[in-house]
Amino acid sequence: MISLNWVKDYIDISDQEPSELAVKITKAGVNIENVVKSRIDNLVIGKVLECVMHPDSDHLHICQVDVGNKVTQIVCGAPNVRAGLKVLVALPGCVLPGDFEIKAGRIRGQESNGMICALYELGLEKKTEETYAKGIAEIDTELEAGADANIYLGTDDTMYELDVYKHRNNDCYYHIGFAYEIASILNRKVKLPVSNYMPINDDVNKYATVEVKTDKCPFYLAKMVKGVGIAQSPEFIKKRLVAAGMRPINNVVDISNYVMLEYGQPLHFFDKDKVGNRILVRDAKEGEEIVTLDGNKRTLKASDIVITDGEKPICIAGVMGGENTEVDNNTKDILIESAIFDAVSIRYTASNLDLRSEASIRYGKGLNYEYTLEAIERACYLLEKYAGAKVLKGIIKHDKLGKKVKVVKFKTATVSTMLGLSLTDDDVKSELSRLDFPYQYNCGEFIVTIPNRRLDIDENVNDIAEEIGRLYGYHNLQSSLPCVTTKRGVYVGDVKIRKEVSKRLRSLGLNESKTYTLTSEDMAKTFNYEGKKQIKLSNPMTIDKSVVRTSVLPSLISVYEYNKARNVKDVMLYEISKTYDVDYVEDIKVGVLMKGCYLGNEWQGVNVKVDFYCLKGILENLLNYLGFKNRYSFVKAEIDTLHPGICAKVLLDRDMVGVIGRVHPSYKKDDIYVAELSLTKLYNKQIKPLKFKEANKYPEMVKDVAFVVDNTLESEVVRTQIKRSGGKLLDSCKEFDVYNNVEPGKKSIAYSLTFKDTTKTLLEEEVMAVFNKIISDVESKLGAKLR
Amino acid sequence: MKEQLQSIKNEALGEIAKVTSLKDVNDLRVKYLGKQGALTAILRGMRDVAPEDRPVIGALVNEVRDAIEAALKAKEEAISKTLLEEKLRSEQIDITLPSIEIKTGAPNILEHVIEEVEEVFMSMGYDVVDGPEIEEDKFNFELLNIPKGHPARDAQDTFYIEDEKVLLRSQTSPVQARTMLAAGGDKPIRMICPGKTYRRDADDATHSHQFMQIEGLLVDKNISLSNLKGTFDVIAKKLFGDNVETRFRPSYYRFTEPSVETDIPCFVCKGKGCPLCKNTGWITVSGAGMVHPNVLRNCGYDPDVWTGFAFGFGAERLAMLKYGISDIRKFYQTDLRESAVFDRKEN
Repeated sequence: MISLNWVKDYIDISDQEPSELAVKITKAGVNIENVVKSRIDNLVIGKVLECVMHPDSDHLHICQVDVGNKVTQIVCGAPNVRAGLKVLVALPGCVLPGDFEIKAGRIRGQESNGMICALYELGLEKKTEETYAKGIAEIDTELEAGADANIYLGTDDTMYELDVYKHRNNDCYYHIGFAYEIASILNRKVKLPVSNYMPINDDVNKYATVEVKTDKCPFYLAKMVKGVGIAQSPEFIKKRLVAAGMRPINNVVDISNYVMLEYGQPLHFFDKDKVGNRILVRDAKEGEEIVTLDGNKRTLKASDIVITDGEKPICIAGVMGGENTEVDNNTKDILIESAIFDAVSIRYTASNLDLRSEASIRYGKGLNYEYTLEAIERACYLLEKYAGAKVLKGIIKHDKLGKKVKVVKFKTATVSTMLGLSLTDDDVKSELSRLDFPYQYNCGEFIVTIPNRRLDIDENVNDIAEEIGRLYGYHNLQSSLPCVTTKRGVYVGDVKIRKEVSKRLRSLGLNESKTYTLTSEDMAKTFNYEGKKQIKLSNPMTIDKSVVRTSVLPSLISVYEYNKARNVKDVMLYEISKTYDVDYVEDIKVGVLMKGCYLGNEWQGVNVKVDFYCLKGILENLLNYLGFKNRYSFVKAEIDTLHPGICAKVLLDRDMVGVIGRVHPSYKKDDIYVAELSLTKLYNKQIKPLKFKEANKYPEMVKDVAFVVDNTLESEVVRTQIKRSGGKLLDSCKEFDVYNNVEPGKKSIAYSLTFKDTTKTLLEEEVMAVFNKIISDVESKLGAKLR
Repeated sequence: MKEQLQSIKNEALGEIAKVTSLKDVNDLRVKYLGKQGALTAILRGMRDVAPEDRPVIGALVNEVRDAIEAALKAKEEAISKTLLEEKLRSEQIDITLPSIEIKTGAPNILEHVIEEVEEVFMSMGYDVVDGPEIEEDKFNFELLNIPKGHPARDAQDTFYIEDEKVLLRSQTSPVQARTMLAAGGDKPIRMICPGKTYRRDADDATHSHQFMQIEGLLVDKNISLSNLKGTFDVIAKKLFGDNVETRFRPSYYRFTEPSVETDIPCFVCKGKGCPLCKNTGWITVSGAGMVHPNVLRNCGYDPDVWTGFAFGFGAERLAMLKYGISDIRKFYQTDLRESAVFDRKEN
């Protein structure tokens, strides 16, 4: 949170309306998520001139209140209201929290033109028995009756809520940095705060030494103050901390937070007496323990950094201080730390300990060393001014920082081309000076020095183009299309088969579903017909989303259940999804689920119910469409979670590419049919080019035949034999009648055989010769009987 | 005899006019024209006619027969027609009864939106590609200028499978890196990549641990931010209508520089400001920018020669905005009562 009152210390924005300014800032690239106004309009200081009891009430009072421009009558129920009191008056039109608008009216017959308020009614205190008992706020102020009560309450501020993630860096997440951003937008100058304290004639170097034994702390500064008096912070500090979202504690702790919110540099204050004379910064020892300020015992890892007194840790660097050296009410002398730690290391530590503090967030984003120094000086100044501290001269410094100056050289044309704007050198000069980026200009070339406060800017012309572009304004951008070579866009690789399958299945009446890749272990155990090992997440959020699925069928069952519960009777679904096994092998699956009536019209008695053969037809249609006609077969098999008598493997060129069957009744008792194919396997098969085939010109001949065979004999076996015996003249063979149990253990299957010759008209004798051969072959080879 | 013929004719025509069935018509044909018929009887009596009168009478007989035959034929046709009409009338059905419903399936709403986006981009020469959902940290982050430990990773709380090495991709951007590396640093690229992505967000009305992004990448020579604006305008017009206004707003992403967010006017308040658009009047539909030189370099392209832009749409967000859907979980429930509507073309 950024407080605008605070920002006003560094830049003049008195002429800016806060909401409009927020729009300008957002347009220039720092997203302001929310503008929070703490101001309450029509709230004034009032003085109670007269207070009498209401004639029709045992607790209401009728007050005559001076509200500046007039004396007005207000009915008030608080027990502590009395003449002579200065109070907070909400005048008609004032809107209190809860969207409660004050209106002039009558209370038990008496005119009342406003409300005398308690702090909890203004949302400035919690409503508790205690605050309720206090009654209305009794105001001790120099302000005259009629004055704006927001000045007294400190509610005349506006806060900007920023999006921390979208944020380019932390440079806008402290008030001085934010002031620089406003300055470049409004083309104004920033005025930095003062730190002109009077050091006493004593030196910090007499009291402490600093040794750094880790390369994760390139910059460490320490200063010392003596004789602080712990007390409440002045009001302005408290109000600003609250506005920025922090809780005031005492003047000393508040000053460290105040400076952090000013400069973005976290500070740490050690109670000097508890620390001793030695500071050693080092890597933590694996398993080393420290009790932090919040009273929790923390176990450290070797990758963490600690501040120690030479022996034991007194602070987890950049994350949280130790309880053992904490500033308390008896603290007199303070050792101030202002340092830069390795950002990545701090982030790891904060995340390992689950301790994301205001400090660790800022360390984790990286810091500007110039402010590391300014912040420690500023803290000394504030401690002197508001905590009665005496500042020792001298500073302890450990400095291994590579202070490389970032310089970008470029020509205006490069930036213009990149943005697609026509900028002049003068435009660029003007934008650079608004940014307050020092530059040199020589014969059309700019040499720009990037200020340290802009850690986000790298030595790329792109980075400069962005800064110039965002201030120049993207509303100046013209729309143009890239001038590139002509080319058609295609679906690359397996994307194509996914699109084809998706569209085909839709046209066959199936609805596309999308479900979650992550499932529960229980779900992942079902339909694991390939016996695949599954990936388990190392950091799942919930156990119901902890396994990467290897089949979409369990999810389709869930979708079925969802729709069934909502009275959808006919459920036709498919889903195409990538699946992965434990070795990360990708397998794109298409799952199909069908249940209910596929095609029907009730009043006509038409009802094609989904069964195994209906779903088989869908798969065949799909496989034929994909160019696999006559290459696949369905083979009976035992398949996980499917009805053992009603399921099959789908083979393509003898390789298993999927399964089909009825869901096992002990898993779901409904008559649900499912199938799943591996699109990855289908995609890897070659198909022949599509060719035209002329229709046969000569008449065909049809012969029917029925055989009685064992119940267990599959029709496919008979059909294959018929085709083999039928030779070239037999064009097709199709079952047209099946009777089960025509005699015990036997069934009858009738086939319709179509004969054709594409070169001449068929002769009855030649067809009959083939037909008889078929009959005798089927009888002799399969133990069938002609019926 | 003349009178006799005339009276036969009149009698026959009179009778023909009265009959109503085909059988009666046939009976009349027999009665007048048959072997025992009245006209045949007259012809038989011709031998008694004076030879000089025979031609006249003969002609008259023919005339009467023709008249009767014509009348019979006309009557026969009229009756047939009536009979057919009656038959057809009896076959009339109630065409208001319900049809046999020919069902086709609906796409998932996200797929519906993605297909629209694909159509536009493919027409502009963009390929549609995809990459793995189980991804290496290298492609998901490092090559995209987001090294280990970088704060930008905070915004994408990632599902890891092997710590800091293998993850469920948190964005479709790794496909940018894969595409560039595959192209070898010397060929222009135009691609989009719609795909599933995952982040550790608790599911609620506006958050989903699984969601879809539509990534786009163009790498070529002399590409500008204004080209990105033009490209965005095309897709905005396709999705939200020809009159849609668009706005570019500066933003920050690690893999683009300069970076922008692309906005369209808020649907609810039409730009006046409301809770949906957080009183800005604008709704963000994508993040985009010029490909960061580090990313080009990491992926084998020389940033001094090649430039490009990249963009990313959230498919859910597009669908929510376009169809006024307020709960992101809807996309993953497949409530057939809701999805059936999407089995149709767009306007």
